[in-house]
Amino acid sequence: MCLTICKLLCVSVYLILFVSWTVFCVRTCCQTQTGISQVTHYAGVQTFELPSVPQFCNSPTMIVMVGLPARGKTYISKKLTRYLNWIGVPTKSEACAAAALKDVTAYFTKEQGQVAVFDATNTTRERRAIIISFAKEKGYKVFFVESICDDPEIIAENIRQVKFGSPDYVDRDIDEAMEDFIQRIDCYRASYMPIDDERDRKLSYIKIFDVGNRYLVNQVQDHIQSRIVYYLMNIHVTPRSIYLSRHGESELNLLGRIGGDSGLSPRGQKYANALATFIKGQNIRDLKVWTSHMKRTIQTAEALGVQYEQWKALNEIDAGVCEEMTYEEIQENYPEEFALRDQDKYRYRYPKGESYEDLVHRLEPVIMELERQENVLVICHQAIMRCLLAYFLDKPADELPYLRCPLHTVLKLTPIAYGCKVESFFLNIEAVNTHRERPVNVDINRNPEEALQTVPDHI
Amino acid sequence: MTNCPTLIVTVGLPARGKTYISKKLTRYLNWIGVPTREFNVGQYRREFVKIYKSFEFFRPDNEEGLKIRRQCASAALNDVRQYLTEEQGQVAVFDATNTTRERRETIIQFAEQNGFKVFFVESVCEDPDVIQENIVQVKLGSPDYTNCNTEEAVEDFMKRIKCYENSYETLDEVLDRDLSYIKIMDVGQRYLVNRVLDHIQSRIVYYLMNIHITPRSIYLCRHGESELNVKGRIGGDSGLTPRGKEFAKNDLKVWTSQMKRTIQTAEALDVPYEQWKVLNEIDAGVCEEMMYEEIQENYPLEFALRDQDKYRYRYPKGESYEDLVQRLEPVIMELERQENVLVICHQAVMRCLLAYFLDKTAEELPYLKCPLHTVLKLTPVAYGCKVESISLNVDAVNTHRERPENVEVSRMSEEALLTVPAHQ
Repeated sequence: MCLTICKLLCVSVYLILFVSWTVFCVRTCCQTQTGISQVTHYAGVQTFELPSVPQFCNSPTMIVMVGLPARGKTYISKKLTRYLNWIGVPTKSEACAAAALKDVTAYFTKEQGQVAVFDATNTTRERRAIIISFAKEKGYKVFFVESICDDPEIIAENIRQVKFGSPDYVDRDIDEAMEDFIQRIDCYRASYMPIDDERDRKLSYIKIFDVGNRYLVNQVQDHIQSRIVYYLMNIHVTPRSIYLSRHGESELNLLGRIGGDSGLSPRGQKYANALATFIKGQNIRDLKVWTSHMKRTIQTAEALGVQYEQWKALNEIDAGVCEEMTYEEIQENYPEEFALRDQDKYRYRYPKGESYEDLVHRLEPVIMELERQENVLVICHQAIMRCLLAYFLDKPADELPYLRCPLHTVLKLTPIAYGCKVESFFLNIEAVNTHRERPVNVDINRNPEEALQTVPDHI
Repeated sequence: MTNCPTLIVTVGLPARGKTYISKKLTRYLNWIGVPTREFNVGQYRREFVKIYKSFEFFRPDNEEGLKIRRQCASAALNDVRQYLTEEQGQVAVFDATNTTRERRETIIQFAEQNGFKVFFVESVCEDPDVIQENIVQVKLGSPDYTNCNTEEAVEDFMKRIKCYENSYETLDEVLDRDLSYIKIMDVGQRYLVNRVLDHIQSRIVYYLMNIHITPRSIYLCRHGESELNVKGRIGGDSGLTPRGKEFAKNDLKVWTSQMKRTIQTAEALDVPYEQWKVLNEIDAGVCEEMMYEEIQENYPLEFALRDQDKYRYRYPKGESYEDLVQRLEPVIMELERQENVLVICHQAVMRCLLAYFLDKTAEELPYLKCPLHTVLKLTPVAYGCKVESISLNVDAVNTHRERPENVEVSRMSEEALLTVPAHQ
């Protein structure tokens, strides 16, 4: 049908005329608040810029931490950096007060960085003014994150958790070290000038009071700042653990087939029961249990005998035309696709299916809610678990699709200090291996044997 | 204490946007699937005091007026209780000035007695231009002022505001530190957020921090007619042949899905555009690229189930409209942040977006008319959205299938296919 060519032309002509006329009207009578800056959307969305259009793409953003020592600045910086990188915004954290601002420029221009987090006390107006004028000169946006806390218990706990590991205190008595550190803080206190709500009202910032009891948000300029604010307002420091597990072994797992919506195999059912025993033994307070909408995770949760919540977003990656195939069948029917996937497993999207990159995008609300929650057990799938694990363990995109998430193994993640402690519990029920390593030859004209070299055994 | 209902309480002087926020928030929460209703105390007052005479009613020394206003607030709270406890409501928005600590304390006790969580939304604004614009946009048309000319109405309203000013006790960082609230200052320049307790309050805060009132328009349209449209097939990712045309725009953002037909439509505009995977058409699962006749032949049961509940029905291995709404939520959030945007999408997707802007229910949503080659221009005005439909005067097939009369599983093929639009 070629009528579509003519129709499209007509549609486009009318659309252009119509829209340009209305935009002309709109432009002459409305004032934009935010100027010409554009917004890009991350994780799963691409922006197209044609050469004929003025190149005012997203200005890079500098996030500047502000606050006395032991107020959680580094904790926030690292966490925020991890989150932004995971959702696909290249971000780096500069921890050194003396880190030259020129390093920031290099990161933005030569390394295509999008966000730089400046983690230092930045407690004087003078210091902040230098950063602001640097940013203005370069066309970078600045967003301040100030952490204010006067609760002595929180501060003491902070110091204990993260400072006493520091080289400065390795051979010191704890009480003496605490005393010393508090005195260090006092040195800053004298010259500390918090962001002033009056004088600094044109700046973009968030003030976090008492570890998230209260927030003051001023002049959020764009999408990324809005996301950052939302994230910062959802994280907390209450001790808790997150348990990640896959469903019990499924019927399709046994056959070496990917995807689908099959039920548990007998061993998988055994695992579900073992999981119930394990969870009871952990004595977890107020545990929330989450599953996907697929039979195998639901059946696994059923054995626990507790309430659980189903999330469609936790469904396994959609393998599109390759759903329910074995790797051998994929090689036979779609050898080129199979090779392309090995070349870039993170970004590769199955025809009519999804990529790991798409997964990250749909898992973002899950991560956000995990941040809000306390003790949670997530019963999910291999690709899903890899994405979640990558977030908590700060794994980059090229490692993510190869993280090991074997069946019948529970990973217990406990945030400590600046990272996450991982404990792995194999519940002693045998299961097939579903982990396929990247083969050596990823060329599209490779032999089938080379392609199938790393496929794990199955029936 | 999961899922205990939430009572949102607005706080602020008249003409600070409380009703605007209440209605918008209610529309958003309902769209994402949280049953919400707003209760405007002013409405109750208008029903009680049939004719509004003047600002004198609101004078702080008007005993009669105070008594009536207290009664109206009680009546509204009663209806709130009914909605949240007996009608499966999840959120109630109590829209009134609530400017004194005493009044708010009454509400807090009411909520405690009934097991509701309370979240305050205060709007503070001293910009006279904003207040003036407010009055012009929504107060002059109010039933209170039908018989006044503009000057009289504005003067009276200003005096009305004055009546509240002396006793106004704003939410205080110290005195009210145990309350959960967001204070919105100067139409979103600044926010103070205190003690967010749960997921829904967090989502509400995020939403409120993303909306704005800068005038703008949102243009929604579908891709140009595709080859599959012509053949009466649903879904798929067919091609169109693109042509270029010179067109430079700075102020209009253009968004497409990641399916060929929307991309090619945008390509023909020859402007920068952003692709959103979440704008992809509804996944029809096993029915992808089928004609309705084929669906009837191969999956008659599914076809009937879909007609029974088109909003919640999920194609096998596919999606439902309800799933669509969930995946479109970030689009809506970003549309709220943006100004002028043209969204080139698909029939089911456009229906979901339209339902959000025009406050359509889940029952109506899947049957909203979104024909090809028609642009809908949405312009926020007063408390709602003005819609202008612009037909691009290029013929196209009709792809709108009405709900047939017989949705029984046991119906005949002809009855199922009665409303299928003509195709090749």
